[in-house]
Amino acid sequence: MFARRAWIVLWKDLLTERRSKESLNALFFFAFLLLLLFEFALGPDRERLAAALPGLLWLGFVLAGLLGLGRTFLVERENDCWEGLVLTPGDKSAIYLGKLAGNFLLMLIVEVVLLALFGIFYNVDLWSALAPLSVVMILGTAGLAAVGTLFAAMTARVRARELLFPLLLLPVQVPVLLATVKATEAVLQGLPLAEVGQWLKLVAAADIIYLVVGLLTFEFILEA
Amino acid sequence: MTRWLGWLAALGLLAGLAMGFGYAPKDAVQGNVQRIMYLHVPSILTAYVAFALVLAGSLGFLFTRRLAWDRLAHAAGEIGVVFTALTLVSGSIWGKPTWGTWWTWDARLTSTAILFVVYVGYLLLRSMAEERDRGARYAAVVGIMGAVNIPIVHFSVLWWRTLHQPPTILSPERAPMAPAMLRALLVNVVALLLVFLYLLSKRLTVRRLEDELRA
Amino acid sequence: MTRDLSPPAPQHAVDIQGVRKAFGPNTVLDRVDLRVDAGEVLALLGANGSGKTTLLKILATLLRPSAGRGRVAGFDLAKDVESIRARVGLLAHGSYVYEDLTAAENLRFWATMAGLPADQASLQSALKAVELDQVAGERARTFSSGMKRRLALARILLGAPRLLLLDEPYAGLDQKGKKWIEEVMLDFKGKGGAVIVATHSFGRGLSVADRVAILSGGRIALDRARASLDLEELHRLYALSTENGA
Repeated sequence: MFARRAWIVLWKDLLTERRSKESLNALFFFAFLLLLLFEFALGPDRERLAAALPGLLWLGFVLAGLLGLGRTFLVERENDCWEGLVLTPGDKSAIYLGKLAGNFLLMLIVEVVLLALFGIFYNVDLWSALAPLSVVMILGTAGLAAVGTLFAAMTARVRARELLFPLLLLPVQVPVLLATVKATEAVLQGLPLAEVGQWLKLVAAADIIYLVVGLLTFEFILEA
Repeated sequence: MTRWLGWLAALGLLAGLAMGFGYAPKDAVQGNVQRIMYLHVPSILTAYVAFALVLAGSLGFLFTRRLAWDRLAHAAGEIGVVFTALTLVSGSIWGKPTWGTWWTWDARLTSTAILFVVYVGYLLLRSMAEERDRGARYAAVVGIMGAVNIPIVHFSVLWWRTLHQPPTILSPERAPMAPAMLRALLVNVVALLLVFLYLLSKRLTVRRLEDELRA
Repeated sequence: MTRDLSPPAPQHAVDIQGVRKAFGPNTVLDRVDLRVDAGEVLALLGANGSGKTTLLKILATLLRPSAGRGRVAGFDLAKDVESIRARVGLLAHGSYVYEDLTAAENLRFWATMAGLPADQASLQSALKAVELDQVAGERARTFSSGMKRRLALARILLGAPRLLLLDEPYAGLDQKGKKWIEEVMLDFKGKGGAVIVATHSFGRGLSVADRVAILSGGRIALDRARASLDLEELHRLYALSTENGA
């Protein structure tokens, strides 16, 4: 029952996104813009860019994530469906899980595109480190999506939500960001994942903690 | 009750000042500047106590729905932010003569800065929510998330500063402390805690009156 | 989660006392006492801003009252919110329709969320009941407001509620649409359900009503059987009460 409801929320969001194509297109374009921004901000010095690459990559992921996550409940707001969700019986955290899954997928897709763009435009070899890199990306994105979905629900009906959402999300994300950048750094240098095991364990632990808090507290946000 | 606390706190502060400036010996390496530790360390400890109370209040509210818990969380959060700011400022003042810079990204200051931003966001969220009950619920969730994040912040920042990086910055309280310093520190910790409790008590009274007026 | 729609079958679909709702300093409902029986249609009259929507939302458990107690659909308003939600259908200004989904997809979503059968056959028959089966595969964006309302009703009726709360259901509908809403109400009443229809006009809502109540000044200013009032008297009482309070 729980799984079915989480799944139908995901199904609905994927269907809506596929038909309206609002978020994905804009986010792809945003990824490209970020590329240009970083290039202009850091100048043509190839070495400087390469050194900053892990940080830039995750900065890009987080910025794109902010945009995408902030829209989590936009479709509910626009279609006046929020109350409908409030009235659904049973465990509300199924909705959280469904939305989280949708956000996770959306963000991963955008991140892959951003990664590819980085590789092409900055002429960096990301291909050889793809497997360990994906592990880091999956772990990092999971945490971002977990907290982001929760806070998006919270700020969906609050004044100044565009301001409050990043203000709440970013500070919580900082430790995970630290860890993923460090891990990415090592991975891009060709080190095996075991070297950064400590960081990965931290991110994994954080992911689990965020997920549990989200599952337990979501019903308080989606209340009358 | 509040007035008692007020007098106790004032007494404590006096004692703390006396201990810090009079009783405790001058630091061998840093000189008198080191005495700011008697403010810096107790204030971050008090901030941690405050944020623990925020967690307690948040959980208490979500479980019982009694506004008293929410008031506790709110008041503790406010004062916690103040003490965190105090920690940051005192750390910065300590840093200038000691390290030659107003700010350094060492583990403690970085963690404290992150903590500061998290709980400022917490307070901002409260001010933006339109309904009392909804604001309380949302704040409770952020309060819980902020609190569970503290150990994660601690470890990530610690490893960030110590892994793969030779310790180039002398951590201000690295060397084992002389017992006299420890005693002075303890007195100041108690003093600041008393100040915290006094302020908390006052804030709680104000909030309770506000809620009663609203009802 | 199995949905238990078994008894206690209440004598009263709604039985509330002393309900009060304040938004900050603004008190919308002051002391509302209301009782509606099963098989009854209550027309709730009131000027704009009188609190009709607020009251309906409280009955639907979308809002929590600041004070007061009572039972809706046989369950306690404060303690058994989930049970109430399973037995009450609210048709308000928000129709809960996702514009990018088709009619069938919308129903499938809400049915699954409510734990109701969401197979093709059930959805088709639900759409047929509201005469939307021909456009089951059309996106809701293309629907008129009347069609969206019918879709919303299809969603509500899927759950076989015992109490129907309609907030100004005639707004923006043509004659045919209005007649159709009436038929739904009569049909629902015939099956033993109760209906509260909130309206600020004297139009069609009254023709099917068994009782009339006027919400004014945050209270129920009038609560009488429809049959005991003639239209003129009702107009007068309505004007009187709306003059005194919002």
